[in-house]
Amino acid sequence: MRFIPISAASAVVALLAFASGLTGSHSAVAASAENGKTAYVKFGCWQCHDFNGQGASTSDGLVIARTALPLDAFKSFVRTTNGPMPPYRAPVLGDGELDDIYAYLQSLPQPKPAGDIPLLNAARSQ
Amino acid sequence: MQKSSRQSDPPQHDRPQSGHPQLNRRKFLAAAAVAGAAGGVPAAAAPAPQRPEAPQRLPSALPPNAQVAATETGAAALPSSDSGRPGSDFMVDVIKTLDIKYVPANPAASYRGLHESLINYGKNTMPEFLTCMHEESGVAMAHGYFKATGKPLMTLVHGVVGLQHATMAIYNAWCDRVPVLVVGGNDLDAAHRGPGVPTFHSGQDINAIVRDFTKWDDNPVSAQHFAQSFVRMYKIATTPPYGPVMMALDGALQMEPIRDFGAPLYIPKFFASVPPQGDLAAVREAARLLVDAERPVIVVDRVARTANGVTLLVELAELLQAPVVDQGNRMNFPNTHYLSRPANVIGQADVVIGMELSDYWGTVNGFIDNGNDGFGANVSKIKPNTKLISISSVDLLTKSNYQDFQRFQSIDLAMPGDAEATLPSLLEAVKSALPNDRKDALAKRGDAIRQAHAKGLEATKQAAAVAWDATPISTARLVMELYAQIKDLDWSLVSTAGNTSNWANRLWPIEKHYQWLGASGGYGIGYGAPASVGAALGNRDLGRFSVSIQSDGDLMFAPGVLWTAARHKIPLLAVMHNNRAYHQEVMHLQRLSNFRNRVANTGNDLGPIGTSIMNPDIAYHTLAESMGWWAKGPITDPADLGAAIKEAVAVVKSGQPALVNVVTQPR
Repeated sequence: MRFIPISAASAVVALLAFASGLTGSHSAVAASAENGKTAYVKFGCWQCHDFNGQGASTSDGLVIARTALPLDAFKSFVRTTNGPMPPYRAPVLGDGELDDIYAYLQSLPQPKPAGDIPLLNAARSQ
Repeated sequence: MQKSSRQSDPPQHDRPQSGHPQLNRRKFLAAAAVAGAAGGVPAAAAPAPQRPEAPQRLPSALPPNAQVAATETGAAALPSSDSGRPGSDFMVDVIKTLDIKYVPANPAASYRGLHESLINYGKNTMPEFLTCMHEESGVAMAHGYFKATGKPLMTLVHGVVGLQHATMAIYNAWCDRVPVLVVGGNDLDAAHRGPGVPTFHSGQDINAIVRDFTKWDDNPVSAQHFAQSFVRMYKIATTPPYGPVMMALDGALQMEPIRDFGAPLYIPKFFASVPPQGDLAAVREAARLLVDAERPVIVVDRVARTANGVTLLVELAELLQAPVVDQGNRMNFPNTHYLSRPANVIGQADVVIGMELSDYWGTVNGFIDNGNDGFGANVSKIKPNTKLISISSVDLLTKSNYQDFQRFQSIDLAMPGDAEATLPSLLEAVKSALPNDRKDALAKRGDAIRQAHAKGLEATKQAAAVAWDATPISTARLVMELYAQIKDLDWSLVSTAGNTSNWANRLWPIEKHYQWLGASGGYGIGYGAPASVGAALGNRDLGRFSVSIQSDGDLMFAPGVLWTAARHKIPLLAVMHNNRAYHQEVMHLQRLSNFRNRVANTGNDLGPIGTSIMNPDIAYHTLAESMGWWAKGPITDPADLGAAIKEAVAVVKSGQPALVNVVTQPR
């Protein structure tokens, strides 16, 4: 029950990011979604963002699955945030692990359109 | 009617005087008779026939007689059958005049006199005794019951230790502005109460434990005093702002026989007080500010004490075409209404009217708990010149010790008074102040809000779709699988203990005042399970289907309430939000670890040591089954959830409680 499914066993998304000019200074070639899944749990990202990056409104946890932030911006935010999220500094969370977490988030599946989910069609309307 | 009834109470000089110089309390009790005093409410039963006077108790400094010896070596004896009816019978007569349906309570020696009278003399009806396994459960059941029905319950607690158990639940009721009548047994007479345990469980002033978070308390010393104080405490508790009240009830007073001494006892008649309203001139000024505003925002927290409160609030919002932010400690405003908006609209406001807010400062300011110094950061959420208006009955009742009054917020126009009671005059004032040439502008404002509402709703649904098929089960999926099974019933969401990202409130159409009953008030964990059972009890009698989203940590504070629900056939569907942690604390520990540049030590658990509820995981379904519930679980696959809930719904519809243990995402 504690396992976190991901759509791909591993995703080397940093390569894609490199191709689009978004790569950070850390070598992202080795970034692994599988390792990122482990780091995501180890460092407690799941606590506010849930295990699949879906976020939790009452924890101020934003949706971070497939985050639109470029890797550099993502890493910068994690290191320096002084908003509701506490910062993760390098002594706690290494650059490589952060790259892996980013890869994990990018590997998560695109959600279905809400309109394609029958149960959500029963939700309130105006 | 009130006048004539009041006039018919016995004249003061005709009433028995408890301070009669020739009588001490015990002699007075022995002297008083239960009789229908002219115009007062007569006792439910005829006075007992006069019986021989019981031996008078003597100070224990004298050589003890057999009775005193028995008293001092054990529990005091009940009155013998020939010593007259006990005073506790009269107390039952008093209680019966107030339409109190249940007494959820844990049994205790210090109120055994009243307990015996309730179940035998009172025939265990109006009120009916419901067996609880923790005093906190009894109070919280009364808390939930009131929010479902609008009727207060009474609970009984043991002196000292029972009251100590009850305190957190009383604090929740205080913070949530809910009336609960708490009566605590106590043996005051040090010379006659039993030594040992009864004396450990006695106090000079047990009410002191809860005085800081009750509206009123008393310690009656005669049967007549009890009658006055019980009716008074009911009246105080049910006058806005509502709140819990406390009575210490002496054990000897319960057992003293009632005998005719020529001075009849009477029961004061209860008349509900008119709720206090905001000052009319201030109401008119508030109306002027709201009508003249370009972007007024209405913020509400505990406005709708009744269904009519919802109706009045809708009328006000539509009149002003103003967005309404419902903070949700009651169901105040339908979330399907296009004027229902999230809290971020406050940032654009030029006038904010806050009604019955538990935290005005927190409404217009933010606090970010993110600093190594531990102080965090404060930020204003509103523009500098935003005018603030308040209507709140809580302004009429502020105590010092406990900080439920929150941070101080300067308010431009504050009206101490009950918001629901003030709404009719505010509506009239707004209608009078609203010029015809403003109506087009207001309609245009309303159209913009309607569009924003629709856009926000679509965004909410799409957010719910993220990780829809994940394991552990997402909380959005949890609540929508649940809704699919109850949507055609007359449902009432009685509690969402824990934290499921408010998905039910965000996705379910909540339009009736009982479809959402709010949270605990004081955030004391352990409210959810017993308050749900209490609310389900009330809903049972009203023909509603009760559902709760029950968190794991909350349930384990006093799980014995599950047995109470099964024992008394209280139908409730509890769907577990089992995230295997005290999750708020998980995040606090992570936060502190980050501030201090340390990797949080989780041991072999998921969360930091001391915050997880795992290894072993608790089989909540087995726990519930052991106490007479139908139960199923653990459900880990979202594809299995709908069928399990469907089975549970059928069980609950048959009149039994049912629990589905669902392993979920954290939030």
